[in-house]
Amino acid sequence: MLRSALLACALAVAAPFALAQGTIKIAIVGPMAFVQGENHWAGAEMARDNINRAGGINVGGKKMQIELIRADTNEMQSVPDATNAVERVITRDKADFLIGGFRSEAVLAMQEVAMDYKKIFLGAGAAHSKLGINVEQNHERYKYWFRVTPVKDVDLVRTTFAVLATVAGQIRKDLGKPAPKVAILAEKAVWVEGIVAASKKNLPAMKMEVVGVWQPSAVATDVTAELSAIERAGADIVFTLLSGPVGIVVGRQMGERNMKSIAFGINVEAQKDAFWQAAAGKANYVSTLDTYAHVQMTPKTIDFVKAFESRFGKSPTYNAGSHDAIYLLKEAIEKAGTTDADKLVAVLEKISYVGAAGVIEFDKRHDPLWGPGKSTGIAVQWQDGKKVPFWPPQVPGMKQFKMPAH
Amino acid sequence: MLQDILVTGLVNSGVYALLAVGFSLIFGVARIVNIAHTAFYMLAAYCFYALLVKGGLGFALAGAIAVAAVTALSVLCYRLVIEPVREHEAAVLIATIALALIFQELMLLFFGGSYLGIPSTLEGMVRVFGVSIPYQRLLILVVAALMLTAVWFLLYRTRLGLAIRATANDLEVANLMGMNVHRVAMATVAISVALAAVAGVVVAPVFVVDPFMWLAPLVTMLAIVVLGGLGSMKGSLIGALIIGYVEAITVFAVPAGAYLKGAVALLIMVVVLLVRPEGLFGVAFEEER
Repeated sequence: MLRSALLACALAVAAPFALAQGTIKIAIVGPMAFVQGENHWAGAEMARDNINRAGGINVGGKKMQIELIRADTNEMQSVPDATNAVERVITRDKADFLIGGFRSEAVLAMQEVAMDYKKIFLGAGAAHSKLGINVEQNHERYKYWFRVTPVKDVDLVRTTFAVLATVAGQIRKDLGKPAPKVAILAEKAVWVEGIVAASKKNLPAMKMEVVGVWQPSAVATDVTAELSAIERAGADIVFTLLSGPVGIVVGRQMGERNMKSIAFGINVEAQKDAFWQAAAGKANYVSTLDTYAHVQMTPKTIDFVKAFESRFGKSPTYNAGSHDAIYLLKEAIEKAGTTDADKLVAVLEKISYVGAAGVIEFDKRHDPLWGPGKSTGIAVQWQDGKKVPFWPPQVPGMKQFKMPAH
Repeated sequence: MLQDILVTGLVNSGVYALLAVGFSLIFGVARIVNIAHTAFYMLAAYCFYALLVKGGLGFALAGAIAVAAVTALSVLCYRLVIEPVREHEAAVLIATIALALIFQELMLLFFGGSYLGIPSTLEGMVRVFGVSIPYQRLLILVVAALMLTAVWFLLYRTRLGLAIRATANDLEVANLMGMNVHRVAMATVAISVALAAVAGVVVAPVFVVDPFMWLAPLVTMLAIVVLGGLGSMKGSLIGALIIGYVEAITVFAVPAGAYLKGAVALLIMVVVLLVRPEGLFGVAFEEER
């Protein structure tokens, strides 16, 4: 009896695999010792398990299972390590597709290797425009690159300004200040230069007064002096452009100083669940752009976030866009009926895929189209230990943005 | 703005002084350039995090165990790694770099690359001359003052201190006079790393704990000890004050150039070295040749 039951269980588990004929190898490339790589992998695992459980990918009538290859790029510390990882998964592990990447400088180098081998590489982390410009300038070589998430840096700025206008509007209403004062607190890095210049030019036109620009190092462990100066300048908004650990320091030290100004902008560390603990519970009201929350950006968003949280015990960061990337690939393969890279490029260039983060359609640079109903991202605010989504306000599930008590 | 600079500079200097005095002590006594000095500071912060946040121990107990454990580890490292190559300065330098990288990779392996936060030992803040200072920062300043006083007492009021100063003054003569210079060097390593560990424990709640947190203070600390004079504790203390204030002035005077504070500190170090190669209070290099 027991033997029969075990045999039945084994057959039930093995059935989808027995039906499948061959595998599609997808390399997940990311900094696996860091949150970004963890999310790349987690999102990909979810997609793989769901697709394989349902029988796999239909490639011209053949059902093929997905096999993931975990490739640690170590790109936080070494760009050569990242290119070596890509080379290894292509030549040794025989990966068919690549998904992932985080640091733009590393992804630019990884892009070159992937293009050398004519492998489709779906980006799930880097925002630098150059990745897409390469496609526009030399389509024949770079056509295998597609950026799934995030939107490119220029579009991130558009989202940031749109949210900033909402925050400034609330300050005008609540505090009766017609021209809120903005302190720009941007880490010293290449990616912020354009945004800082655009902010200095555009914020006055948006009826905001820029009181100064402070640029600590991305790895600064102390911003006491910067925050003292910002307090003295009487800023209502601290417009943050931070991707490094300094984002945690800013959140924590603003809380410790009971600063009345509100922090909003891009704060990559504040997108992570661990931010609240890392900032020792002091980072109330810190706000940032983000990607996932329990809101209906698309009909798939809430289900994805719930499933991710249930499986991994934490909410996804934008790097878990590897999940959307695999489903996008599945749809493209099933439409093309082949895994041939050149044929897939033609399908991907015309595809419209409803993902968990937004509707993915590519422009001529193979960047996701920005705008309402496409990909914009969301804005969230930390309120008493919880990440609360508040923008775009028209999306069902968004909550109220809060100001510190004055 | 003046009061901001005065208060912020003083608080910054406290942490730097704790690190620089220990580094200078071990160089002055044993001529060991311990690049792993700030890596021990990083280890203490991780140890404190594990015991306090994960282990649930109290601040005092977690801090004491962290300092004791890291100090014991430093003695072990000295015996196993540094002592066998001590006669070769370049080998010591490379060995301590290797140690620091090993510690970094181990922390990356055990804790991952995530940034970790530690709750403040003391909550709240006080306003001094209109400048907001969290109590934790005042604690750092008080602990730095206490530790530096304790080191002064140890060096100038105890037999061990006498032996350390004698060894620092002339290692060969101290050896000929019957002092166990190896043991003195080991004790100095322990004291020096204990200072770094204390810095790690008191600073961890203010900063962010991550495997690379040892790199930035290493550069600043080297600038301070070279500025103050290698091996001179008085020089390290004054160097820490100078660098702490230079950084504060840079941030307040050039807000958009806040990231330059480290570079300005290094520039001052270079200028001082050009004018006075031995640093402000260091032993003249001619004696070394």
